Amino acid sequence: MMMIFGIPAPLLFGQLLLGLINGAFYAMLALGLSIIFGMLNIINFAHGALFMMGAFAAWVLLHYLGIGYFPALILSPILIGIFGIVLERTLISQLYKLDHLYGLLLTFGLALVIQGLFRNYYGSSGMPYDIPDALQGATNLGFMYLPIYRGWVVIAALVVCFSTWAIIEKTFLGARLRAATENPAMVRAFGINVPRLITITYACGVGLAAFAGVLAAPIYSVNPDMGDNFINTVFAIVVIGGMGSILGSIITGFGLGVIEGLTKVFYPQASATVVFLVMVIVLLFLPRGLFGKTA
Amino acid sequence: MSASATPVALGAARPGLFGFTRAQAVGFLLMLAAIVVLPHVLYPIFLMRILTAALFACAFNLMIGYVGLLSFGHAAFYGMGAYVCAWTLKFWHLDAAAAILLGGLTGGLLGLALGYLAIRRSGIYFAMITLALAQMVYFFCLEAPFTGGEDGIQQVPRGTAFGIFPLHQDMAMYWLVAGIFIAGFLLIHRVIHSPFGQVLKAIRENEPRATSLGYRTMHYKLIAFVISTFLSGIAGATTSVVFGIATLDGVTSARSGDVVLTTLVGGLGTVFGPVVGAIVTTSMENYLAQFGSWVTVTQGAVFVVCVLAFRRGIVGEIAAKLRLSL
Amino acid sequence: MLEVKDLNAWYGESHVLHGASFEVREGEVVTLLGRNGAGKTTTMKSIMGLVPRRQGSIRYRGAELIGAPPERIARAGIAFCPEERAIFGSLSVTENLMLPPVVAPGGLDVATIYELFPNLKERASTAHGTKLSGGEQQMLAIARILRTGAKLLLLDEPTEGLAPVIVQQIGRTIREIKKRGFTVLLVEQNFRFAATVADRHYVMEHGQVVDMIPNHLLESSMDKLHEYLGV
Repeated sequence: MMMIFGIPAPLLFGQLLLGLINGAFYAMLALGLSIIFGMLNIINFAHGALFMMGAFAAWVLLHYLGIGYFPALILSPILIGIFGIVLERTLISQLYKLDHLYGLLLTFGLALVIQGLFRNYYGSSGMPYDIPDALQGATNLGFMYLPIYRGWVVIAALVVCFSTWAIIEKTFLGARLRAATENPAMVRAFGINVPRLITITYACGVGLAAFAGVLAAPIYSVNPDMGDNFINTVFAIVVIGGMGSILGSIITGFGLGVIEGLTKVFYPQASATVVFLVMVIVLLFLPRGLFGKTA
Repeated sequence: MSASATPVALGAARPGLFGFTRAQAVGFLLMLAAIVVLPHVLYPIFLMRILTAALFACAFNLMIGYVGLLSFGHAAFYGMGAYVCAWTLKFWHLDAAAAILLGGLTGGLLGLALGYLAIRRSGIYFAMITLALAQMVYFFCLEAPFTGGEDGIQQVPRGTAFGIFPLHQDMAMYWLVAGIFIAGFLLIHRVIHSPFGQVLKAIRENEPRATSLGYRTMHYKLIAFVISTFLSGIAGATTSVVFGIATLDGVTSARSGDVVLTTLVGGLGTVFGPVVGAIVTTSMENYLAQFGSWVTVTQGAVFVVCVLAFRRGIVGEIAAKLRLSL
Repeated sequence: MLEVKDLNAWYGESHVLHGASFEVREGEVVTLLGRNGAGKTTTMKSIMGLVPRRQGSIRYRGAELIGAPPERIARAGIAFCPEERAIFGSLSVTENLMLPPVVAPGGLDVATIYELFPNLKERASTAHGTKLSGGEQQMLAIARILRTGAKLLLLDEPTEGLAPVIVQQIGRTIREIKKRGFTVLLVEQNFRFAATVADRHYVMEHGQVVDMIPNHLLESSMDKLHEYLGV
């Protein structure tokens, strides 16, 4: 058996893959948080709950309407995105003129409500969601067996993350977003409806979380606490990457997933804390985060 | 967050008892009377839960109300204080008072370390960083052998306080808890009304100016954070003695959220808000405990309502109506 | 074209405009002169809907705009070039130029804009708008609102802090766009520059319009003007 640093190669690559998959979820969630933070100046504490709702939407679509995985990958982000629009228009928008911390408190409260309701109706134990037939099985890469679904998750996440990045950095819609992040008043004075842009941004960020939720459904069981397990780590990743940085959140998300995976190989006890240790080190030397610009 | 809900007090210029305004002194005496009378009417255990929650909220309020920093990770200090207190009580058979003090020192020391990292940022950033640092403490507690992992440290004997007062009876325990709460409450009040507190106020209102006047604002904020986390540790430690248990529950982000909610309901930046908030949220939890996850739903809904429509909190609203500083 | 009547504006507690009234007719270049703090910039921002609280009447082609949000005011055909220029650092020069949406037909096309501002064509590929020089940024800030088809342009101190040769170029630009049928409301500290482009001058003091001087009477009103401006 091939050995790398005294570790059997399949074990090493297996953990690397798991790290990449976690990293894929970190990146998608951190990216959603970042674009929302850029436009709304709030940290969306309900992000984990909306991720969970995305997974539940896929489950509900399948069990009650017989709608399968691939349509759900589109439908669930749309449904949760619409829910996000309602939240933003009715509740979050009430707070824009106040200290941004109130937005944090509000979304924290929303997360509690959503999670509590789901726990009441569905209990805390998870519901299984099968891998779609087209993505079942595994393929032999020579150095390891790659379960196809896991490979798909990494690729889908990469595509979605970099498309989002490209839309923001390379299109005129993205230019409007960037401009509105910099100076919303002036952008309004050009005739651009910034409040609507804010709503759309929130819906897109939330939709990203829901998309991640659908991807996660076949890997983790669909349960009300599935967002919790990710979101606290994602907050640390956002601190490491620097809040509001698009590329920063993607790179930091994937990177820390991999670091976490490697830690599982070499020092498993620290695998849960390693992200936070990285955060401490970054904060010591770069209080604004790796990619952060603004105060 | 500017918690400047407190209007100009009628008697602000002539502080009376312990630097309280007259309205505050009346409030304080009422509170003392309630602390003495209520254990004969209500369950002391329930009251002790309120008092420890109130002390925790007062400690938290020192940061949000007087330094203007929202910590979303105060459970780390509360929970670590509980662990260290429970551990030393159970395995070293320390005196209860000493164990509680040790729990407080643990909170303060941890506060010094984590505060050093977090205090350079403010606003949302400070909240995020404290949240993430507290999550690190949570994972540490989950893995570290001394915390007992998922089981926690159980069956901790209450022992004796100061070598002479046995605490196994609830009333004895109650007086110790009440004493700790009053001491903590007065300590915070003393801090706020000291020259140190005046500098904190100046920093909250205009940090660049305070800096230009030669104050090392970071030091002041960090010291306030250490005092706040010390008292949070005391609150956690005291709770662990009362219930004879210290678990992961104490270091979760949900616990950090609890103390934010308690203070918000009562009134951020008010003297008595955290106490009133503790009465409300503890009663609510007590009543809703039988309904499972409805506790979470209700807490969340209260959060939403408070933030949207009731930002001054109960005491803040009353104070505004009466034009008093409470 | 634009009729401002009894305009009051507040920033928080401070009452900045105290009933300013004036009008701008189609095809004119009109300036607002006055000392620092007289309320010139606030007047512009009030027209644009960028002041938190305002009262009175702002009519544009007969439509009342006093309560309208900025995006509706812009869509009505008014464009604003602020004093600080508001060039976006996260946008390239081209993106900055193309950012304001077209609100009406009749705006200049990009080719014409590059004819008017040859420098901008050279710097079009610059990745960050804020990498341009002050003069270039000012050109860009004016150029981008010429594209939109807005017919009333509010220019807030376009010459501030610029070298004389660039000030001359901006003067030429303003005369050129007037020729092309745009109407301009200009805030200026530099009345010598204003005299080279404007038809009429309004003088502001303490948040009110206190005088109006047609450009051909400017020379003979110098004493009065010196008193107003304290120069």
